[in-house]
Order: sequence, then structure tokens, then C-alpha cells
Amino acid sequence: MSDHVELSNLTKIYPTPKGEAVIVKDFNLRIKKGEFVTLIGHSGCGKSTVLSMLAGLSEISDGSIILAARELDGAGPDRGVVFQSPSLLPWLTAFENVMLGVNQVFYTADKTERREIVEYYLTVVGLGDAMHKRPAELSQGMRQRVGIARAFALKPKMLLLDEPFGMLDTLTRYELQQVLIELWRKNKITALMVTHDVDEALFLSDRIVCMTDGPAAEVGEIMDVHFPRPRERKTVFEHPDYYKLREQLIEFLEVRAHRKHPTATPTPPAGPSAGAAAVSPVETVST
Amino acid sequence: MAYLELNNVSKHFGGAPVLKDINLSVEKGEFVAIVGFSGAGKTTLISLIAGLLKPGHGSLTLNDLEITGPGPDRGIVFQNYSLLPWLTVFENILLAVEAVNPNWSAAKRTEHVEKYIAMVNLTPARNKLPSELSGGMRQRVSVARALAMDPQILLLDEPLSALDALTRATLQDEISRIWSENKKTVLMITNDPDEGILLADRIIPLTAGPGATLGPEITIDIPRPRDRKAINHDARFKKIRRELIAFMLDSKSERHTSVTKKLILPDIEPEDLERPPRIFSGRPKPKRAGEIKEETVAI
Repeated sequence: MSDHVELSNLTKIYPTPKGEAVIVKDFNLRIKKGEFVTLIGHSGCGKSTVLSMLAGLSEISDGSIILAARELDGAGPDRGVVFQSPSLLPWLTAFENVMLGVNQVFYTADKTERREIVEYYLTVVGLGDAMHKRPAELSQGMRQRVGIARAFALKPKMLLLDEPFGMLDTLTRYELQQVLIELWRKNKITALMVTHDVDEALFLSDRIVCMTDGPAAEVGEIMDVHFPRPRERKTVFEHPDYYKLREQLIEFLEVRAHRKHPTATPTPPAGPSAGAAAVSPVETVST
Repeated sequence: MAYLELNNVSKHFGGAPVLKDINLSVEKGEFVAIVGFSGAGKTTLISLIAGLLKPGHGSLTLNDLEITGPGPDRGIVFQNYSLLPWLTVFENILLAVEAVNPNWSAAKRTEHVEKYIAMVNLTPARNKLPSELSGGMRQRVSVARALAMDPQILLLDEPLSALDALTRATLQDEISRIWSENKKTVLMITNDPDEGILLADRIIPLTAGPGATLGPEITIDIPRPRDRKAINHDARFKKIRRELIAFMLDSKSERHTSVTKKLILPDIEPEDLERPPRIFSGRPKPKRAGEIKEETVAI
């Protein structure tokens, strides 16, 4: 399969009075069509900056991004974004919030079809009964469901998730992850998520890209996650490799993320069992 | 008879019951955690034990005495700290100590307050107002205030929910340390299964509401002190975590009544807004990829 998304030598520099602040430096990543990739790293390491550049909300200082054989220039409805806070318009109902984008992107379709699209996505995220309520009448978890429906309803080429469940409690987060993974599986949309929740990354992703600490953050390690799909929380937790991968990620975040330029290859897991999951050696992006 | 005992307690506000048939017994010196979803009735449960609400049915007893109203024998730590904004750290705690021990000398009270400020590592901030403190520090004041009253039982109502992950971890360790020094009876309510497993002797799931009730309890036989990193290697931790989360999620999905609804998703492709279509005569038609999808979803 060809690469759907290509980030080449992506760099973000902010000018400051004291000179240039390099936030992200020479970030390289290729994502296949239909793949779910997660960026994990500490707060402030620049993972959200990468995502904003991909969304077209932040200017690219150097390097390039190619999405579906076209170089990106600015924001557009071909990328659906789910933000940490749902960012809904408070004076519109859930239905109207989703309809806003649908009207733009499906302007050639007739009214009934557009309504069907909105109703479909709001119902599958579990808001069948509440789609005509305003954000103020919804719980935080329900608002985030609207955010997910809004992103999927546009049939984007790519889904960008910026810590989508960061504001929710653990159990609500588990519920919404299930909603997200189901929708993603049905729609086969290429997705890039940013998170610092290790369990979330393992449950959702095909690949986890660990970022080193900023400034000048880069790709530290890439971990392949081979749990069989469709995934269910219970079966994933029971997978023999689950806690091994979890430990590795936690260890990376606690120890190796802080090292500026990883030189030594960390010891791979003792005997990757049954070929279910394996970690590729450190992929250092030399600068 | 157990130290704290709840017998068939239910509570409703008007219509459907919030809590139903709650049976709970907590032994002296035990640390019990109750895990539940937001909106399941966790705070209602703690308010009943605190005496801030009266049960619709059933009885609650603490140390063989029926709970009829709030009292200093139960110290509460709320999620939103509930400190008086015009009083300093010291004065906030002193207020509680004065109320409980009116006949102590001023010197004794001061000494007592200082001891608890030191216990939560806030001595450098003793003269600050709540508005000058971070969320984590405010919650420490709240913990110190509850402990300074020397209650028979400490009730923690999602004490760490409003804090970020890092502060949360620090305060979890602190609560764990303080508990092992004091051996107070603690009942904690939380929405984080990991937090419950790390801190408690026993963990009890509260099913999703309405009509929430307690599920099967899980005894946490992981030796203390528990290290949050090392615990990941522990087979018991993995097993408890798996069981608990599975139970919680199942209890929630049972709530979804299986009303099926037929949905139609028109299979049309989004328009490329950057490249407007050539102007044909008449209205442009959407691109169609295939036939219309129909799906039946249980809601």
C-alpha cells in the first residue's frame, strides 16, 4: 500500500526576542492509508504542534506535508479534527453543529440526504435521543461525542485527534474510545492521534510513535501494535503482550524521552511471543 | 458488627431511584474505594454517609450509632476543595479545630494545626489564601483540615478528579503515606480504577445509574507500600484491573435498552472545496460511490 500521508523533515521554529526557538526539528513520518498512528510524548514536547501543522492551523517553517498526493496548504475539510475541548458553537444544537460542516462539504446533495448524514453519525456515537440539545444541556462526554460525529460526518481523508479524551474521566474515556474505534473501523479513515495516555495509545493504534522531549523534538521510537482487530477492551487487556508493551511505553516516557539523542539501542523485549507484537529498534532521525 | 454499616440503603429524588439496595460494611482501619461512572450516584452515596442527605430506605450506622446528620466524627474531602476564600491555610484548618475542640487552649490548637500543615507539606504556604495556591495545594489543605478534626472515618469524594495526572500521582502517594501513618478508616470514591487499586484494601464497583447499586467487591491483596511503577509487573494488579474495568463497562452497556433504529447513510462523496466544479447547465449532482447503506443500530 502506498503512503497516504508523508511528513518530510517537518520543522517548526518560532521567532523569539532571544533568537529562534526550534520546537520540532526534522520530523519524518509516513502513514499508510487506513492506518491509525498515535504520537505519544510529554506535555510540551511538540506533538500537538505536529498535529496543528497537519491540520493547517499552524504554519510550516520547513519541510513539507503531502496528503493523498497533494501538498498541504492551509486548513480544509479534507482533514477532520477532534480537539481536546469539543469546541462546539453554544447557540447551535448538536444537530446544527454537525450540519454546519455537512452543508459546506455536501452542498451538491439534497436536504434529505444531508439530514440523513447528520442523523446517522449522531446516532452511531450514541446521541440518538439528544441530537437536538444545545451543548450546555450535554455532559462533557456527550459533547465530545458530538465532536467525533462532526469530524466523521465530513468523510475526511484524514482524521486528526488532539488528546480527544484528555478532559474526561477514565471510565467515560474507555467508553468513547470504543465509540471511536468502531467508527474508524467502519469508515477506514487514516488517523493520527496525539495523547499521553498509554492505555489509550495501545488500545487504538496500529503504530505508536514516541517523541523525545522538546525543544527540537523528534521521533524517538516506533512501536508496532499487533492486537487483532476488531478490538474489544477485554480481549486487549487479556492479550499476553499488553502489559509488556505498556511497561515499555511508560519506561520510554519516564527515562528515554528525556535523552536528547538516543545512541544505544534499548534491549528489546525478551522473546517477542507468538509474533503478536514486537518493537522495532530505535529509529533515530539524525539531525 | 462492622464499623461503618449500610443496610439496604436507597435514595431517590422524586422519580427513579438514584441508589438502590446499597449494602456496605467497612471495618475499622480499612481503606475502601468505590469506583463508579460520573453521574452514577457516587456523591449521593457519600452525602448519605456524611449525613448531608437522608436515605429513602434502609439504615446507616457508624460505630453502632445511627447516622442522623452531619458531625465531626466524619471528615470529608470534597472534589472542589470547599475552602473559605478569605481565610489563610492556617485559619481554614484552625476553624475546623476550634469547632471540634472548643475547650482547648490557643497554644494547643495552634500546635495541632501546625502539625497537620506539616503532614501535608504546606508549612511554607501556611499564611497564603486559597486563591494563591494551586489546585493540588488547595486539596492538601482540604485533606489537612479533614484530618485535623481527628474524625473516626475519612470520606474522600473524588478528591483528585480536578487535578492533572502528575499532581494526582503525587497526592495519591501522599494519601497513601498519611493513611499508613494514621491508620484511619477511609472510604474513598473515585472514577479512576487505577487510583482505587493503588490505594485501597478493597475496591467495590458502583454500577451505572439510574438505580445504581454496589457490585461484587474485589480484595486487593497487593502488599504495601505499593509502587506505582512496580505494580505494573504484578500479576494480581493486572487481574484486578481487568476484572474491574470489564465489570464497569458491562454494567454500563446493560443500561442501553435494545431499541433498534434503522439508519440510512447516503453514500455520497464530499466535494472538493478548493476546486469548484465546472459550471454545467443546471444544478451539480453529488458524486456517488455506491449504493445507499442501511444499518440498524441499538441505542
